[in-house]
Amino acid sequence: MLTILFDGVAYGMLLFILAVGLCVTLGLMNFINLAHGAFAMAGGYLTITLMQRAGVPFLLCLPAAFIFSAFLGLILERTLYRHLYDKTHLDQVLFSIGLVFMAMAMVDYAYGANQQIVDLPSYLTGRLNFLGASIGVYRLFVIVICGLLALGLQLILTRTRFGSRLRAAVDDGRVARGMGIDVTSIFAVTFAVGSGLAGLGGALGTGIISFDPTFPLKYMIYFLIVISVGGTTTITGPFLASILLGVADVLGKYYVPAVGGFIIYTIMVLVLILRPQGLFARGPAR
Amino acid sequence: MTDQTISTKPSPEAIAARSVLLGRARWGWPEIAFWAIAVALYFLMPTKLMLLSEIAILGLLALSIDLVLGFAGIVTLGQGAFFGIGAYTAGLLARYGMGEAPWSDPLLGLLISGGVAAALGFVTSFLVLRGSDLTRLMVTLGVALIVEELVNQMKWLTGGSDGLQGVMPSAVMGVWEFDLYGKTAYVYSLTVLFVLFVIARRIVKSPFGLSLLAIKGNPLRTRAIGMPVNGRLVLIYTIAAFYAGVAGGLVAQTTQFASPDYVAFHRSADALLMLVFGGAGHLYGGLIGSVIFRVMQDVLGNITPQYWQFWLGMMLVLLVLFIRGGIIGLLMKMRGRIMRNRGPSA
Amino acid sequence: MLRRHILKRIAGAGAGLALAALPGLSAPALAQETVKIGLVLPMTGASASTGRQIEAAARLYMSQNGNKVAGKTIELIVKDDTGAADQTKRLATELIVNDKVAVIAGFGLTPLALAVGPVATQAKVPAVIMAAGTSMIVERSPFFVRTSFTLPQNTTPMAEWSAKNGIKKVVTLVSDYGPGLDAEKAFKAKFEADGGEVLAQLRAPLMNPEFAAFLQRAKDLKPDALFLFVPSGQGASLMKQVNERELAKAGIKIIGTGDVTDDDQINGMGDALIGMITSHNYSAAHDSPENKAFVAAFLKANNNMRPNFMAVGGYDGMHLIYKALEKTSGATDGAKLVEAMKGMAWTSPRGPMSIDPQTRDVVQNVYIREVKKVDGQLWNVEFATIANVKDNTHPTK
Repeated sequence: MLTILFDGVAYGMLLFILAVGLCVTLGLMNFINLAHGAFAMAGGYLTITLMQRAGVPFLLCLPAAFIFSAFLGLILERTLYRHLYDKTHLDQVLFSIGLVFMAMAMVDYAYGANQQIVDLPSYLTGRLNFLGASIGVYRLFVIVICGLLALGLQLILTRTRFGSRLRAAVDDGRVARGMGIDVTSIFAVTFAVGSGLAGLGGALGTGIISFDPTFPLKYMIYFLIVISVGGTTTITGPFLASILLGVADVLGKYYVPAVGGFIIYTIMVLVLILRPQGLFARGPAR
Repeated sequence: MTDQTISTKPSPEAIAARSVLLGRARWGWPEIAFWAIAVALYFLMPTKLMLLSEIAILGLLALSIDLVLGFAGIVTLGQGAFFGIGAYTAGLLARYGMGEAPWSDPLLGLLISGGVAAALGFVTSFLVLRGSDLTRLMVTLGVALIVEELVNQMKWLTGGSDGLQGVMPSAVMGVWEFDLYGKTAYVYSLTVLFVLFVIARRIVKSPFGLSLLAIKGNPLRTRAIGMPVNGRLVLIYTIAAFYAGVAGGLVAQTTQFASPDYVAFHRSADALLMLVFGGAGHLYGGLIGSVIFRVMQDVLGNITPQYWQFWLGMMLVLLVLFIRGGIIGLLMKMRGRIMRNRGPSA
Repeated sequence: MLRRHILKRIAGAGAGLALAALPGLSAPALAQETVKIGLVLPMTGASASTGRQIEAAARLYMSQNGNKVAGKTIELIVKDDTGAADQTKRLATELIVNDKVAVIAGFGLTPLALAVGPVATQAKVPAVIMAAGTSMIVERSPFFVRTSFTLPQNTTPMAEWSAKNGIKKVVTLVSDYGPGLDAEKAFKAKFEADGGEVLAQLRAPLMNPEFAAFLQRAKDLKPDALFLFVPSGQGASLMKQVNERELAKAGIKIIGTGDVTDDDQINGMGDALIGMITSHNYSAAHDSPENKAFVAAFLKANNNMRPNFMAVGGYDGMHLIYKALEKTSGATDGAKLVEAMKGMAWTSPRGPMSIDPQTRDVVQNVYIREVKKVDGQLWNVEFATIANVKDNTHPTK
């Protein structure tokens, strides 16, 4: 039981780290970026390439994936995304789906359609016994990193000057600009961090799931579920939502395998019916 | 939507309003040419009739999305749910109708498919009334995913992931059998598309259609002037579900099977892309978009077999950045420029 | 693609002219000098690797055996159905109606093959299944002939072997779709008939990449072995999670069908696989002169892509079509071709195989293999053979 619960939490954490960047762009910048998965894929494939072809240690790949995806995000934000901030949501959806298609084709071209796998270093494999539960070392690693990140993000957002500037820029860009806040660069940095987090999520994900070119589409649905259940106004919302979904998904599959596939979708629709702004959102949705 | 201003212009006299409505409802020569070409293709491309009927069906699906997105402003990624429900309904009818009237009659099958889809549309329409674009996107997507999972799970009825086999619709009107060349399929699909198109045209050019545009423009204000916003949205969403259901019925009858693929996310996404390629809010957008989408898929697919998706993605990005309003938007802009050069004429 | 097509036309026309110069050829025969074969395969999308393997194998066969059979020039037309059944059906129909192909072949997945059934029957054109593995497909049209394998055929020997080798209790874990359920059923039937016990039958949703819950359940049930079946693309992530959960350390053997240890991908899956026991109809490591030649030629022609069971299905499919045309002396009548294919037997790279004259399904040896590292690469090394396995789930007629 404890083992299963732990697996659920780990899966939820992975969902969270993959989705948290989207939470930043969508919730804070009000931009529907369906191409989020493409940044995660970039991080994942970078890790795979570095480890398989250059023999770079896994732990070094994690920051590398973050920087790579963040850099990619920054470039795209400066050249393309910024033109779309004031366009309709439909335009944003279409634009980002277009990017997803391009990313998928490019990865297919470069790596082929096969699933890619990395071998984790030995100190991250294996299992521990803890209070009668058998715990995968790697999953524990994922939980710790994601937990720290969630805490860090929350602190940055609520306690730092950058966080308050960002919130001001989102709430009313014009006034914020009038107050001397450099809205443009704040958005650029935020977008880059969001993409970087996705890349980090992708890199961490290589240890649990496998990567193929359809990754951005396959996981897009999961990201969106996390965001819509958790709401987009806080970091804690999606954090709790991810854990809820991960645990529900894993427990459901363990105890009632027959309906395993429905659980996650049903939760989403129910939450959206009862609380359209998300389960853990504080205010009404914008 | 440059002509949107007409509807908001104050027209104090009822006669003026009537003439405006009639003027909007008149058939222009490009429209007549469009349908003439569609008919002519039957004779011009006798070897490509299967593909053509597929395009007609995709066009109908895109049209149904146009009704909710282009006219009522509801962003949906779940029209595939209705399409799939329609396909399975028609498929099951034709299968268990055992090739005998009345149950395997194609036209009746279409009506029932549309009806079942409309029922689902009516029920789920209440979900899309609330919330923001994102919520709507997610709810429609969620419904589609649940339908897909249901289709996959109800193996005894749907055949699961193997698809529904043995779909044998009887001859259309008892005369025209479905043939290998797709002759019947094309004429049948095109006719259904045309009839439903004419109805859709009536709907959007009626006062009801104009009220939808008003809701799309500003729901709050529309509600303030006493319009039953929710009722209107429920109605159009249900109608659109009916259209998608009929499109699904058509695809099951003309290809003689149904598979979970019809419910899958990429159907909804493709249809949405077609509509946007063509230009949402013009009725013709979906039709033109589906033609271009499929032709592009063929041409680009031949140049770069595995990577046509790349070019598709690039087209989308460019479209959003530079050509808002799709192909029709572009054409109208060009026409507007020509008109302006000629100077104002009557 | 187009250019290749035109070039081939020209080449075909040239060959035709050359033949016309020979004495004794009558003019009407010239009209159908070319016999076209239409391959409908998923070249893009999730099953793209299937399409690429089969196309490569078919082209290899043609380059090895020439494009002449019984005085006719063979022309291969490849179409991409992207893995969508309605496309398969449309392309197959267009190939028959517009290109007048004599044989259609390919079909990467079960639903794709099933969609083609009515077309083949109506047009009386043989349809050679080179990949799809659900058993009932061949029952759906008298024009279906199969050169790949069926799931019960590949699964039953695994159950037989397990029961004989000290495995008493098994948990099965399959993907929740047609072939998965086929494998689950076939395994259970044979295993229980041989005195074993299936503790639980777990089914994972096809689209779900997270197997943790299922694997934990399997582990908690403490079976002697865990039987796995997932579509060939998902094997990698499944095995990674199997390892992470340390099932082997808990004394649970991992067994399955060869789909999981697909030759095309096995090297990318890592050492996690070593020791896994599978049963399958083909391994690239099969020890025979035919296979060595086939693998070497395939590697050379395809930039070191290793042939898998899909490739051999395509290779043998082409062989079957060639031999059938030889037998009919080039006649392309569909019923005659199918008649010629029935009962055909030959030695393929996979070993001896034949076409069952009753069911038109494939009869072949099934091998029990273990994943081993040889010369720095992973291979499915065969160590036991169960000869001439038929799919016995077909209803006897």
